[in-house]
Amino acid sequence: MSTTRQYELVYIVTPEASEQGVADLHTQIEQIVQRFNGTLDKTENWGRKRLAYDIGHHREGTYVVETISGSGELMKEIDRRLRVIDQVIRHLIVRVDEELRVAQRTSEARKTFSARRRVARGLPPERQPGEGRGDADSQDDMEGLEVQR
Amino acid sequence: MREERGGRGGRGGDKKDGKGGADSPRRGFFRRRRVCKFCAEKIDYINYKDVRLLAPFLPERGKIQPRRISGTCALHQRKLQVAIKRARQLALIPYVTD
Repeated sequence: MSTTRQYELVYIVTPEASEQGVADLHTQIEQIVQRFNGTLDKTENWGRKRLAYDIGHHREGTYVVETISGSGELMKEIDRRLRVIDQVIRHLIVRVDEELRVAQRTSEARKTFSARRRVARGLPPERQPGEGRGDADSQDDMEGLEVQR
Repeated sequence: MREERGGRGGRGGDKKDGKGGADSPRRGFFRRRRVCKFCAEKIDYINYKDVRLLAPFLPERGKIQPRRISGTCALHQRKLQVAIKRARQLALIPYVTD
């Protein structure tokens, strides 16, 4: 028995690889995901980006982000495969379901808390347009201070 | 007890006029209103792929800015730290810049 979890996989492909090569890699991963009964939820291709530092003589690379739901064994296999493939110069797998759940819970908690307080003050539970001091961005006059050091 | 008082007094800096006037740059730095950016803007999930979100917390050198300067709360600094380290692994952010 293995529980399903959501992971985020980011990998960087060498700039030498053609678009076809990147697509091939994607299908390879898709096959592994299918073999382990996982699902590929989302794929995002960021295209060629400059790297912040050189990775093995490469100055840029193609970033691909995939959101995958599946078991830990699946991710282990993907990790192993990506390590072997030379075209992939860097990859990172992060489990995201828990983090996203925590974020969702805090945002919901904040909403209910503010709604409760607003109702207690005799206001409608949701913030009305034109209420309050405007958004935080326009208020931030401290931005300039941060820079001068 | 007495020691703590002394420390507080020094920080407040209101006992001596000669030092720590309003025109001193250090005082201005010290008095700056510091609000946790993530609390203020209600960002619950600090995404490691969002370089523009992380960039203000990385001074020129590329080090993670300490909490005492950026004003980030402990909870968000911890999350920020993880996000920055992930972004570094993916070469989105440099480890060091010189």
